[in-house]
Amino acid sequence: MPYALLAPGLLWLIIFFVAPMITTLSTSLQEGNVDDGFVFTGNVAIYWDALHAYWPQLVRSLVYAGTATVLSLLLGYPLAYYIASRRGRAKNVLLVLVIAPFFTSFLIRTMAWQSILASDGGLLVKVLGWLHLTWLFDAFGNVLQFLHLSPNGEILYSPWAVIWGLTYNFLPFMILPLYTSLDRLDGRLLEAARDLYATPRDTFRFVTWPMSLPGVVSGTLLTFIPAAGDYINSRLLGNTQTVMIGQVIDSQFLRVLDYPLASALSFVLLVLILALVTIYVRKAGTEELV
Amino acid sequence: MTMRWFRKHLLTFAAMITLTILLVPNLVVAIYSFNKPDGRFNYRLTKFSLDAWLHPCGTPGICQSLGLSLRIGITASIAATILGTMIAFALGRHRFHGRSATNLLIFMPMATPEVVMGSSLLALFLNIGMSTGRTAILIAHIMFCLSFVVVAVKARVATLDPRLEEAAADLGSTPVSTFLRITLPLAAPGIAAGALLAFSLSFDDYIITNFNASPDSITFPMYVWGAAQRGTPVQINVIGTIMFLVSVLVVVGGQLIATRRARAAAAG
Repeated sequence: MPYALLAPGLLWLIIFFVAPMITTLSTSLQEGNVDDGFVFTGNVAIYWDALHAYWPQLVRSLVYAGTATVLSLLLGYPLAYYIASRRGRAKNVLLVLVIAPFFTSFLIRTMAWQSILASDGGLLVKVLGWLHLTWLFDAFGNVLQFLHLSPNGEILYSPWAVIWGLTYNFLPFMILPLYTSLDRLDGRLLEAARDLYATPRDTFRFVTWPMSLPGVVSGTLLTFIPAAGDYINSRLLGNTQTVMIGQVIDSQFLRVLDYPLASALSFVLLVLILALVTIYVRKAGTEELV
Repeated sequence: MTMRWFRKHLLTFAAMITLTILLVPNLVVAIYSFNKPDGRFNYRLTKFSLDAWLHPCGTPGICQSLGLSLRIGITASIAATILGTMIAFALGRHRFHGRSATNLLIFMPMATPEVVMGSSLLALFLNIGMSTGRTAILIAHIMFCLSFVVVAVKARVATLDPRLEEAAADLGSTPVSTFLRITLPLAAPGIAAGALLAFSLSFDDYIITNFNASPDSITFPMYVWGAAQRGTPVQINVIGTIMFLVSVLVVVGGQLIATRRARAAAAG
């Protein structure tokens, strides 16, 4: 009985998810070109070539995604905690406000950041101008330049803008799991901590934070994984120095038509992410994720 | 005094800052939908205009791409919901060999970056000589939506009381009618949530779609991406704003139905 229920869906995943992964591995070991066709030669050296040529983009993707994940956690935790502490209608309204932006096109919302962050006629610089706070915009640009997060002090089309776009786009994926685990937190535990004279800081450190760890683990994974492979933010908000690995895979596959190289990079990204996720989940001690 | 007040409301401030960050882009999209830009790109606010709202299809290709995305989204979400619900019931109701392998297979697509899934599927299609286009896009969308449906439905199935089904069986209900009249209505909120999530994931997908599309299968996100390179028609903002409003309505409507059902259940 259960196998009859499982069969169609699992078969779909085996044919269109598992088989493509195997095909990617075998394609990466082929040699040839589009006109003459590709032949399997077991050319393992392609992995060395791929890593040698594109390690900066690979490392950059992981660093950007990691930074965006930490930023989302810092921004998302207070909101998730706040929503979990509300009751009734206020809670529902807040949840709708977190989920609703997610239903509007990802691309359109990312393009909105272009018109907000642009230094030439952007909304942010305009609003700050009305408030006579233009210096704030310049100061922020200078800080970014100082931190090497912007080559010329521009906010848009800088590494910072890319990290910011990733943070913004995957925030709901951080907030919802955090909210779920904080919402389950038993209020009596917090009362008990207070009765035992724990300071608010200690209550957070020894009760709230440990109890919310499952949410932190799934939230960080749901943010980090898509962010590491994303290239929409780096294309729309970045410059030629912010190219991420997804962008390389895309252009090698669809423009350069070097399928073996693109497949090798794709496979490296998959293995790298799976390895990081496994280590992370082991360390965090949560096995059941689905 | 002020310091203490500030500290007391620190959490509220932090929460409101994050909420603002989440909502500002949607507000900007709406504001710019009333703009009449002076160039090809809709960056600078120049003049108020209702043109785009009066002619939402007034730029070539936009409504065709929207129609295609709606058709793919509906088909993919129905298929993924059926397949995913079946898996969720198997996982939620039965003990069987290969359970952890099944869980792993469900989890993997969610732990794989879109660019890897999209390019791998293209590699498969290239190797077996299948052409890309609508069918390829549909296959891909059903594949990546499936796991999310399983997770949403499984969470709901886990909360169902099996004694309700046993009671129905004791009262002489056949397995089929028990499933249709007891189990399915109780699991409906989870199934609806899964279907809605699947639709929005499919409707919004660019990366996987781009790998598997052909020139005659331009979805709405692909249209927007193309526009981002060539020049952005204001109609994009109109459609973005309508999407935001419709999704708020759907989510609020869903919550109202859930509240009413809960009240009716509490009343007896």
